[in-house]
Amino acid sequence: MTADLPPAGTLLERLTAAKAAQDYQGLIDLVPYARFLGLTATMQGDQLVTTMRYGGHLIGNPSLPALHGGTLGALLESAAIFQLLWRAETIVLPKTITLTVDYLRSGGPIDTHACGTITRQGRRVTNVRMEAWQADRAAPVATAHAIFLVMRS
Amino acid sequence: MADEREARTARKLDLVRKLSRDVPHNEALGMRILQVTETEVIYELPYHANLVGNPDTGTLHGGAITALLDASSGLAVFAALAEPVPIATLDLRIDYLKPAEPGKSVISKATCYKITRNVAFTRAVAYHDDPSDAVAHAVGTFMLSTKQGK
Repeated sequence: MTADLPPAGTLLERLTAAKAAQDYQGLIDLVPYARFLGLTATMQGDQLVTTMRYGGHLIGNPSLPALHGGTLGALLESAAIFQLLWRAETIVLPKTITLTVDYLRSGGPIDTHACGTITRQGRRVTNVRMEAWQADRAAPVATAHAIFLVMRS
Repeated sequence: MADEREARTARKLDLVRKLSRDVPHNEALGMRILQVTETEVIYELPYHANLVGNPDTGTLHGGAITALLDASSGLAVFAALAEPVPIATLDLRIDYLKPAEPGKSVISKATCYKITRNVAFTRAVAYHDDPSDAVAHAVGTFMLSTKQGK
């Protein structure tokens, strides 16, 4: 399990380049943990939808089976961050201040999708609401909201 | 009395250790139990390059900390239950206090501080060496299977 050698440039430079090239997947592939979870990204309308491809290592309850709550939390947080990176005019790495997840249904052993909606964009802080679903978007498996610090350092 | 308590703690440790090992995602993250008491679980997430959020700094992704806090809080509920019943996370709120230091394990000390007929309440603190210098803090609620409610 060795980490791939990152392409040249700082994370911020590489994120900016991926964004300029409209390379959603490139944006995600820069983050090792996103690759570990098996995240992919697609554009649906003007929304960036982040998908966590199912893998056995994501299971929390093998007898149901159901996804680990931590993986859903991580997917929701990532979906919010990717939406923020995607929508921001100038890329600033968002720092999570708080994340609150409501678990609504158990997640089955299939792909899970998530997207984030920016509810308030402030000078220092951005509020985002997120939703994760599987086969039926009208029956989310989890919802969340998060607050990010988005100041340029 | 003391022997009884020790025996109970030993049984709980075995149960919680088994419950943790049966979870593929806990194993994938390499998480392991350091300590179990009547209401508390101390759980460790070893540092690994796969779990990095920012490749420039090598800091862990918040999601890995979320998984640690979620898993340890759930295990604390099992430690506190007289008889194990299935549980489901209702909600989990995490405050990220400072970035985790690259190369260092993150420890979560999770406590189940209240159990009612239907719901268990937890808090957890994630840190490297000193719980009072925390990386993250979480509060959670868990629904207990109805069997417990009778």
